[in-house]
Amino acid sequence: MDNNIQSADIYALAPHHRFQWEEAQQSYVILFPEGMVKLHGGAGEVLKRVNGMATVADIVAELKAAFPDADDIENDILGMFDLALGKQWLRKV
Amino acid sequence: MTQNSLGDSVVQKTVHAQQNNGVAASATQTQPLWLLAEITYRCPLHCAFCYNPTDYDKHTQNELTTEQWIKTLREARKLGAIQLGISGGEPLLRDDIEEIVAEAHKLGYYSNLITSGVGLTEKRIQAFKDGGLDHIQLSMHDITEEINNFITNTKTFELKKKVAAMIKSHGYPMVLNVVIHRYNIGHMREILEMAEALGADFVELANTQYYGWSLVNRNQLMPTKEQIEEAERITNEFRAKTESKMKIFFVVPDYFADRPKKCMNGWGEVFMIVTANGDVLPCHSARVLPNMQFPNVKDDDLGWSWKDSPAFNKYRGDSWMKEPCRTCPEKEKDLGGCRCQAFLLSGDAEAADPVCALSPHHHLIEQAIIDAQNPQLQAQPIIFRNDKNSKKIIEGELEARVAEFHALP
Repeated sequence: MDNNIQSADIYALAPHHRFQWEEAQQSYVILFPEGMVKLHGGAGEVLKRVNGMATVADIVAELKAAFPDADDIENDILGMFDLALGKQWLRKV
Repeated sequence: MTQNSLGDSVVQKTVHAQQNNGVAASATQTQPLWLLAEITYRCPLHCAFCYNPTDYDKHTQNELTTEQWIKTLREARKLGAIQLGISGGEPLLRDDIEEIVAEAHKLGYYSNLITSGVGLTEKRIQAFKDGGLDHIQLSMHDITEEINNFITNTKTFELKKKVAAMIKSHGYPMVLNVVIHRYNIGHMREILEMAEALGADFVELANTQYYGWSLVNRNQLMPTKEQIEEAERITNEFRAKTESKMKIFFVVPDYFADRPKKCMNGWGEVFMIVTANGDVLPCHSARVLPNMQFPNVKDDDLGWSWKDSPAFNKYRGDSWMKEPCRTCPEKEKDLGGCRCQAFLLSGDAEAADPVCALSPHHHLIEQAIIDAQNPQLQAQPIIFRNDKNSKKIIEGELEARVAEFHALP
């Protein structure tokens, strides 16, 4: 992981990016000029909670509560933030 | 505008996503993810490199109404369309773009207006912003009749400067598209400096591809291989030294490659084009192909058009392929290239794209490159894209300039 995600960090969607549920894809997607990425369930659950206010720790706690049976969820979540930041889908607030 | 500017990047970005951990690409499913509305063929500019059909004059009096466009947007959205390009011609010549943009936003499209900027006013851009338009792509240059001084044409630069400032002040990214051809390829550095002066965030340097008007003007527009290499070198140099954040895409022209492009990312795979008069096409120039009946939104259900119409199924997948494509180990990489280019140049719509070095028709491309350097052919006048020339072409008056092609470009 290159982006050194900290639990106190707050992220928002990058400018000109849109996050929405796509009925035809049955998944969440990120839209940006001339492109779209389709997100797997877990990635969608993380990005759904990124709103420019919640900290990474808030999101981790919320997801742990929502998915109590998932193992080592925290590393997956941090990995997702790292990827999304690397792809410039997110900006740090 | 160019085919490149509309197509490749969406595909490129979705395809790249395939390698992502936890992120799936959606480039191979047959859903019309990208809807291009070629909303009018009317245009105040007369670009000699325009890929619009040379017989566009047939379709300037029978444009879809606002209601027909809105119905089309709704139906396409149900089929999965998500990226909307509003293009032309010059879309701003219609006065209902505001309404169309607002409806697109309500439906959940990510919308992109592709414009020369001619006709963009503060009032209109505000209405687009309020309506939820996501993105504007500005084309940097037309070739005007004053071909020799167009690069320093102050009037053009002043207009683009005004429009660029408007785009930025409304919070849009500044995306510039510049079509590259013989008359501006020697000015790459000036073009890039101009883009930087305009505050561009993205610049697409799109080498001309030869369809429509640009095919008719191929001998007038095609640069040499050396010029293209030099242009790419200058672009790389600019990228390396510039401290600006401007991102530059250099689209290599297919005539100088030895494999064809995966045209539209495959026939009927992700792109659906609805033309000014309502024809539903898998690519911009599909109407050049023989024995094809394309659906039209006035008469046909859009779901049927995409999924079941014979036209959309004709070149889906690879079962239509002939040798050398059929047994080629690379066939999935490019799906045999462009059907329109294959037919226009070879007369066989199922042949390999002649751009491919393995094509039995590859000599046609080599000859075109030689012809473009023939002083006699170069000296023929440029046929500018305008209503008068379109009428002439329809009436067969410019026969000599299109005789070598197997359909009217």
